[in-house]
Amino acid sequence: MTDLTSLTLAEARKGLADKTFTSLELTDAHLSAIEAARVLNAFVMETPDQARAMAREADAKIAKGEVGPLAGIPLGIKDLFATKGVRTTACSKILGNFVPTYESTVTSQLWRDGAVMLGKLNNDEFAMGSANETSCFGPVGNPWRREGSNTTLVPGGSSGGSASAVAALLCMGATATDTGGSIRQPAAFTATVGIKPTYGRCSRWGIVAFASSLDQAGPIARTTRDAAMLLRSMAGHDPKDTTSVDIPVPDYEAAIGKSVKGMKIGIPKEYRLDGMPAEIEKLWSEGAAWLKAAGAELVEVSLPHTKYALPAYYIVAPAEASSNLARYDGVRYGLREQGKNINELYENTRAEGFGAEVRRRVMIGTYVLSAGYYDAYYLRAQKVRTLIKKDFEDCFAKGIDAILTPATPSAAFGIGEKGGADPVEMYLNDIFTVTVNMAGLPGIAVPAGKDAQGLPLGLQLIGRPFDEETLFSLGEVIEQAAGRFTPARWW
Amino acid sequence: MSVDAATVRRIAHLARIAVSEGEVPHLQGELNAMLAFVEQLSEVNVAGVEPMTSVTPMQMKKRQDVVDDGEIADDIVANAPATEGHFFLVPKVVE
Repeated sequence: MTDLTSLTLAEARKGLADKTFTSLELTDAHLSAIEAARVLNAFVMETPDQARAMAREADAKIAKGEVGPLAGIPLGIKDLFATKGVRTTACSKILGNFVPTYESTVTSQLWRDGAVMLGKLNNDEFAMGSANETSCFGPVGNPWRREGSNTTLVPGGSSGGSASAVAALLCMGATATDTGGSIRQPAAFTATVGIKPTYGRCSRWGIVAFASSLDQAGPIARTTRDAAMLLRSMAGHDPKDTTSVDIPVPDYEAAIGKSVKGMKIGIPKEYRLDGMPAEIEKLWSEGAAWLKAAGAELVEVSLPHTKYALPAYYIVAPAEASSNLARYDGVRYGLREQGKNINELYENTRAEGFGAEVRRRVMIGTYVLSAGYYDAYYLRAQKVRTLIKKDFEDCFAKGIDAILTPATPSAAFGIGEKGGADPVEMYLNDIFTVTVNMAGLPGIAVPAGKDAQGLPLGLQLIGRPFDEETLFSLGEVIEQAAGRFTPARWW
Repeated sequence: MSVDAATVRRIAHLARIAVSEGEVPHLQGELNAMLAFVEQLSEVNVAGVEPMTSVTPMQMKKRQDVVDDGEIADDIVANAPATEGHFFLVPKVVE
């Protein structure tokens, strides 16, 4: 039998339906791959017993002809999603041994549709990071390395475990979350496909909160089609999240292969940064040429407030985080460090439980919301956010169907290479992705090529609200033109 | 704007994060780097611009004012570091 881990999700679905192999065989193949790839540190918890039990259940259902959309498909789950009875930590010491007594809406929908859980995936602590280096479980290795080099590179973040595991063929797809680029940047660094849907498309219930007005769940997958299949199961209205939208979930897979002829694709001039590597520029032009060859029309557009998105984000996101993370008090769950009185208990617990990046962001958030600074920082940032969103609205009002940009300003870098002296250096990773969160729009990252050192690079497509389908159609055109990229196995 | 050492200590206390004296200069540098970065927002003309309150235009959903959940006290305290019955235990607050 060919290696079952090399199949795409769509191919595995067919193999399962045709009874070429069972879910248990498919699951076992992935469990072995996970075991052999522990050096990547992509999984923070493996759940082989549960995986096999779920696979057997899926096989029994398939035998009876009850085939859910993801029946028998083994997936990895970012450790930000609460999983009933399975430790969920957000990769923070402060959650300690937290074992949820409930299941997140998004994962419960995956299990409803027959998927199998292989384990929990590493991420930046509370999803705060762009390299998966802030996790209390240590950094994740990118399966990609520079040609002729043994240096381990970061997989991006915060969904670094998800991207690494999908790229290294440890799971057929993974859940991820994106607050400023945490799905799309790691997807770009690992030659996987990642989509952040429109704000409100997926329920946030049961996902550890970072910045509630920006957080959205989405899949990381091996192909555009696989991502479409996963998003269909993950999306949908949930009365438990008041920001979740009550509109039908389309069959996203039907958008794969649909003609993009006549679509207007915006090329925003503000994304052409000074000092941008020539290979990123080249990749962007190539992507535009592929879409043009498929019949789309390219239009130069302007998003004048682009440069203010990242600074505004670094006020809004920490402000919301400081409020959301107030719940970690050493009283109700997780870590507790003793103190002489309740205040010391709080302060000691939070000093010990939060890592450096989280402490920094909680403190900045506290500062920008504090008396005397609220108007100058937070209120101003929320006004700038209105302007950023208006830029996109103006653009779409002129008939633009989607916007094409690079996904990241560089390829993956080495562990410890960035942000050591100045945190802002790391934050700049999200310069092309963060605008999308600020405006609540959908964005997809698709692999589009490699740099001179053989590392993958991705392109991003930004869509109208709730028009993920157009992104899937356009993403598929890029995937067909660029081909698929698989790392050479070294682990 | 930038923060001084006293402000760093004040923010740390507001955020309920214990900070040792030795950490203050380092944190001060990092917080000031972030504040310097966001400083560019002051050049944006925001006169007459409404601050964003909801990224997608939507009506706040309201549910029926009925009890639809509960009787899960065991679940609520299941992960607590210290409990007695269905109560969370904390150091003495009221003398």
